[in-house]
Amino acid sequence: MSRAFIGMPAFPAGAKEALGNPQLRSNLHHATTTIRDKRARVIAELPEWEDLRLSGAAIKDDVGRHLDRYLEQFEAEFTAAGGHVHWARDADEANRIVVDLVRATGETEVVKVKSMVTVECALNEALAEAGITALETDLAELIVQLADDLPSHILVPAIHLSRGEIREIFLANMSGVRDDLTDDPADLAGSARAYLRKRFMSAKVGISGANFMIADTGTLVVLESEGNGRMCLTLPETLISVVGIEKMLPTWSDLEVFMQLLPRSSTAERMNPYTTMWTGAHAGDGPKNVHVVLLDNGRTRALADPVGRQALRCIRCSACLNVCPVYERVGGKAYGSVYPGPIGAILNPLLHSVDNGPVEKSLPFASTLCGRCFEVCPVRIDIPDVLIHLRGRVVEETHHGLPGAEELGMRAAGLVLAKPGLLGAAQRAMGVASRLLSHRSTIGALPIPGWGANWSGARDIPVPPRQSFRRWWRRSHRSELPIPPSAQPQTRSETP
Amino acid sequence: MSAKADILSRIRAARPDVTFDSPSDAYAIPRDYLRSPSVPEGIVDLFCERVADYKARVERVPAAGVPAAIAAALTTLGAQRVGVADGLPEEWRAALVASGVDVVTEHPGAALDIDALQALDAVVTGSAVAIAETGTIVLDGGATSGRRALTLVPDTHLCIVSVDDIVDGVPAALARLSPTRPLTWISGPSATSDIELQRVEGVHGPRTLHVLVVDPSGD
Amino acid sequence: MRVALFVTCLNDTMFPDTGRATVSLLERLGVTVDFPVGQTCCGQMHINSGYRREATTMMRGFLGAFAGYDAIVAPSSSCVGTVRHQFPKLADEAGDPGLTRDVEEVSPRIYDLSEFLVDRLGVEDVGAYFPHTVTYHSTCHSRRGIMLGDRPYRLLRAVRGLTLIDLPNSEECCGFGGTFSVKNPDVSVAMGSDKVRHVRETGAEVLVAADRSCLMHLGGLVSRSRGGVKTMHLAEVLAQTEESGHGHRRAS
Repeated sequence: MSRAFIGMPAFPAGAKEALGNPQLRSNLHHATTTIRDKRARVIAELPEWEDLRLSGAAIKDDVGRHLDRYLEQFEAEFTAAGGHVHWARDADEANRIVVDLVRATGETEVVKVKSMVTVECALNEALAEAGITALETDLAELIVQLADDLPSHILVPAIHLSRGEIREIFLANMSGVRDDLTDDPADLAGSARAYLRKRFMSAKVGISGANFMIADTGTLVVLESEGNGRMCLTLPETLISVVGIEKMLPTWSDLEVFMQLLPRSSTAERMNPYTTMWTGAHAGDGPKNVHVVLLDNGRTRALADPVGRQALRCIRCSACLNVCPVYERVGGKAYGSVYPGPIGAILNPLLHSVDNGPVEKSLPFASTLCGRCFEVCPVRIDIPDVLIHLRGRVVEETHHGLPGAEELGMRAAGLVLAKPGLLGAAQRAMGVASRLLSHRSTIGALPIPGWGANWSGARDIPVPPRQSFRRWWRRSHRSELPIPPSAQPQTRSETP
Repeated sequence: MSAKADILSRIRAARPDVTFDSPSDAYAIPRDYLRSPSVPEGIVDLFCERVADYKARVERVPAAGVPAAIAAALTTLGAQRVGVADGLPEEWRAALVASGVDVVTEHPGAALDIDALQALDAVVTGSAVAIAETGTIVLDGGATSGRRALTLVPDTHLCIVSVDDIVDGVPAALARLSPTRPLTWISGPSATSDIELQRVEGVHGPRTLHVLVVDPSGD
Repeated sequence: MRVALFVTCLNDTMFPDTGRATVSLLERLGVTVDFPVGQTCCGQMHINSGYRREATTMMRGFLGAFAGYDAIVAPSSSCVGTVRHQFPKLADEAGDPGLTRDVEEVSPRIYDLSEFLVDRLGVEDVGAYFPHTVTYHSTCHSRRGIMLGDRPYRLLRAVRGLTLIDLPNSEECCGFGGTFSVKNPDVSVAMGSDKVRHVRETGAEVLVAADRSCLMHLGGLVSRSRGGVKTMHLAEVLAQTEESGHGHRRAS
């Protein structure tokens, strides 16, 4: 059972714990560098890649401007094609709708295609409370579910587990598994196939998300690799798809951009093995009862932020995760939320507000702003820019009551750095300190609580110089003090 | 307020800057990716190459050779009970029957139940569109493609692609496809890289994909 | 051409030799450099920590100090990035058209040292002599922020006696990230340690970069472990001549 991310610690604590796990780091390093290289090769094949990115960003920005119109258009088309459209303001409402729809079928078991939005809603937990078992059918999600663990990556959620660990999990938790199961990936996948096949053939209710929904045709699109998507989307009688409202595309032909951007950015392939596209209910083919639940759950909050709203362009490819040096070292769980990595660092605070808790407050700072994410984002989300913007929002919106040490220190530094005279005075004070340390060139332990200790835990810092630059300049260039150009006498008199 | 009304009003409230209905020139969507086709000559060759990249078996056959090719492939694959899409040309179906396999045709309105589907060793269908650049075959649930479950449950899928249906890239494919039909895009047999990023072929969909590329003009 | 030096608060306070080397180098190349004493800081640290109001005050100070110069040279690619990319946003937020005008006037005139040398002065061989093995760390701001490209490499390759060794994984961040280094010290040190390992793999005596901030982080890790690699700013290397040795005398 995939637990919802409730009560997770702020990023630095999660990160510290993750850094202590060498197996995780090694798996992540291997996974991210492998996908990164594959992606680079497959994108080099498309000379029009940058044009596709620009178009993708423009299409998604258009969606952001006219989302109300596109949602209504989608609803009309999907309904006319025999589907049912439901609207959910938040996770609880979405869960209630889904539970009611499943109850109406009389079924107590459902099969699920991987859907991050359903993890966002903690749908499986809500179903369980209603006595309904949701069986995850993506291999990695199945592994995570059987292990009662949390996913660590958007695309390869079990990447933190080795094959040996997966074998253990199957032996302990997968009913009907062979005793002589090896840890060979083909053998593991084979046992998952056998376990799930029975359930696919008898399932009456399938639950999915969607990668895209198309306004002018009422079409839903799901991309996948294993075939479990096709199983869940076509074999059951009832299909319920929960879709974030930002997954919208305006027209059928807009899909041509994203069917090129997504596979190459995510699994680094020219095309993923299977994509299913359906429009309402198709007579004689697939589910008779077709539902879609349109979910807000904070997306309109993100939409209202003029700088942050570009995060809603995200097509969940995870390319940013695969190039992030921070993510590579700590993995997804350290981000304490459904969406990890660079996109998670901006999306979570935008969806839930920066003031929601320690996770949202710390995520905008879980980055060195190195910029690799922006380079690879297929829809050109300027993640570093949004991070800087969100840091401003954290300071503006979450600093309640008396200022803490950081705020006092930053405001004091701000005062000193605003005035050359104060800066000079501070430098002279440091010069005195350095005279006292004249026998040393570095300081090993900074006697400043918090940040000082954080620096000098593993790093030295140079002893400040006796003389600042400006002091040296004044002494060496005293006779040549320049007159700033703006203070030079004008040749014509100023008119009053 | 209903959830729908609530969400729509939140969206409008989030965008006080949007005062226009249709895209203006300032917000026109660039489509420079369409400027030059990135696919060189020989899209049939390219298609065959790209499909083979996914570990699918690919054969090029002239129209006259199709029945024999189907029969030979099914023999190699050891398929005895074979499902067939209703729209498969009669002469090919007849040749199949003649070769000794049990042919089960799925007629419209008489869908095979799940047990019947599971009893099939293989399924033979045509296709709607194929994409050279990505090595993709698209089924549209029509007479030649067959119902979606038909190409999903059996472990072997023998798919016939006409060279006339091969287009260069994704934009051309979408232009030819109807969004009112249920579409399945297939790019190789199923696969997963979820275990230590090692690609393992064949999880839930047909583990064997065999493609016959047919030139109807016979060459 | 009136040229001003923006030495940056970090160099001013902790690494004055970087400023002195910049002056010495430019003067050697025939450029008269002013140091407007009204300068303090571009506000980068405050912007990156979310204290935008304080940063805006510093920005006003910057614009006042540097008004009227044709070119502003800074030995810090991250500060140049701040002036170019963040100043317009701060001005927009302030909703002050005069401030926006000042930013539009001044921001385009700032150059990272290597941009100034290669693009404005048109030189790659600055007449430097530095007979040591060097590896160059292309900081994220220089690489992806202001896109210095190969300018620093061309400058280093023209230095007589210098052997430039490629740094493996050079596109990866060193983990400094400003306040990230103290807000997320564990990850910062993990990243820095990997970078230091690559530096040591080159066998170079000196690690050079266009930002003293990253060098402070990497240098701190080197010093805490076995030492053996010296850190120098690009300006300090380029300022070296046969006569100079250590210390920087003004060209007379």
